[in-house]
Amino acid sequence: MANIETKKMKFKVFRFNSERDYLPYYKSYELEVRSEEMILDVLNRIKWEHDGSFSYRRSCRHGICGSCAVKVNGKATLACKDRVSDLVEIFGEELVIEPQDKSLAIKDMVIDKKSFWKKYNSVNPYLNSDIDETPTKENLVLPDDADKIDEADYCIQCGNCYYSCPAVNVNEDYLGPAALAIAYRFNSDVRDSGREERLDTVNRLGSGIWDCVKCFECAEACPKELNPIEKITKLHLQTFEDGVADDNVAVRHAYGFKPSIIKHGLLDEGELVKYSEGIPGVLKHMPVAFKMWRKGKVVMPWKMPKSKNLDEIQKLVEISSTAKFNEEN
Amino acid sequence: MSKLKYALYTGCTARESTPELLKSTLAIAKALDIELILLDEASCCGASHLQDFDDQLSLVLNARNIVYAEKLGLTMVTICNTCQLNTAMTKERLDSDPDLKDMVNSKLKEVGLEYKGSSEIKHFLYALVDDLGVEAIAQKVTNPLTDMQIGAFYGCHNIRPSHLQNISNGGENAYTPTSIDRLIVALGGKNIEYEHKNKCCGFHVELQAPKTANRLSGTAMLDAIDSGAQAIVTPCPLCHLKMDTQQAHISSEMGRDVKIPILHLPQMVGMALGIDPKDLGINHHVSDVEFI
Repeated sequence: MANIETKKMKFKVFRFNSERDYLPYYKSYELEVRSEEMILDVLNRIKWEHDGSFSYRRSCRHGICGSCAVKVNGKATLACKDRVSDLVEIFGEELVIEPQDKSLAIKDMVIDKKSFWKKYNSVNPYLNSDIDETPTKENLVLPDDADKIDEADYCIQCGNCYYSCPAVNVNEDYLGPAALAIAYRFNSDVRDSGREERLDTVNRLGSGIWDCVKCFECAEACPKELNPIEKITKLHLQTFEDGVADDNVAVRHAYGFKPSIIKHGLLDEGELVKYSEGIPGVLKHMPVAFKMWRKGKVVMPWKMPKSKNLDEIQKLVEISSTAKFNEEN
Repeated sequence: MSKLKYALYTGCTARESTPELLKSTLAIAKALDIELILLDEASCCGASHLQDFDDQLSLVLNARNIVYAEKLGLTMVTICNTCQLNTAMTKERLDSDPDLKDMVNSKLKEVGLEYKGSSEIKHFLYALVDDLGVEAIAQKVTNPLTDMQIGAFYGCHNIRPSHLQNISNGGENAYTPTSIDRLIVALGGKNIEYEHKNKCCGFHVELQAPKTANRLSGTAMLDAIDSGAQAIVTPCPLCHLKMDTQQAHISSEMGRDVKIPILHLPQMVGMALGIDPKDLGINHHVSDVEFI
């Protein structure tokens, strides 16, 4: 076991009282910190030893309730799960503690999570099932079926993924990783009958799965390691499996790689844009395409490079494909 | 030290819309005495989209690409963050799941190939900073980047998810990556610290959500500019495409001029090694790189 050391440290802490302050400010607190202490211990001690008005959410102290999420130097942190010493290892000794989203602060670390809950609830995050009130046998979920739900069931709604998601940050309509991960969780439950409705919700362009930017911030932020982006990928797959993927620019963009790989092995970038956008959508790309062409960045169709041993690739596509989209049906 | 030798998976972009990336990669490899064998058999990695449509197809195709590096008995190097992600993710899944590996091999067998899991996969950036080492590169600098203030833009798929980067690739901390900053300093330049250096450029939603993409790029680029960067350097051709070719759209979205030269990582190294900018493909840039 590592030695327990005590160290004097300064924490810079975000302070704001929306009823009183015009602008937020930062205040430094000096504490003797033992190396095994959590960020939650720091929050507690600021409140107990320095300023009783300091506000933050906390409850279980066991990484279950999801209340005490904050950001430390911009890193999404569950205060009761992340040690001060681990964070010092990443960021050095100058730690800045802030709420998950400063623009939503009500008082200090307490934020208004309304938009998070609204989006979370919009995917019917519960089992949709007709209940037989006089069952004659157990409602069995076999191990293989339970495996499909995967870790998606571990979500504690702390919001760390949501408030770390850059797509949420710039697109207020985007449902975000937590809502999508829980949609996957119930969509893959054999007892559930709400999959069609949920897919209809998460499939919408502008707010659903197609607006994920694939940055993996959510995978990094999740304290329960449930890998939300992987669940988003699986929702994409469900839309094709169930044949409910719309014929729109994003869906054609995902599918469009396949015909190109069959033809060239490589992706024909120009063709993908043309195919995904359709006419007249592709016209808006012309000014940039022209600039790129002038700089030798556009390969003409007759000059498209091809992978060596293309026949192997074609054969593998033929025998490995599992999904279908419109024109293949 | 024996000569470094790798199998180079170029990806599609370096053969099409960013020819300067392949050109500059080959140029600096030659100057640094690194041998690169091009994997001409390789196909597209699916660019983080194909696996949304057909996971099995994506796995099989990526496994086939890795097989060609295995046949050479070499570590595969990538020059695109997203190629790195898709390839490394395939390797991690196959190496940790024997059933999945068997399934993929049953397909590969039909074309006489077998995935073994014997080749490492890393981005060329880490071949430079970890295998060759920044000190060795610094010794070959003939044209130090003195007075150049450069902001490193790491690109998501080289730093996240961190568990994967620890298995295959540089194992950088996703919150405080340092490799490119160390390289800038070794080349005699000044690295600019800015908050958005590890953030997303939005390239992957360029078609369906251009507003999102432009706002993400714009925010990061303005952060670099306002922190004093005269240029941004990136190891990812997709970040490069977004930030180099779309500056007009980004500027109009941000309501402010967002103009800054964007360099590919090997172009920056090549400049410091005294390679002629033309041989680094500087003439292929859409945005102004005049000051260089």
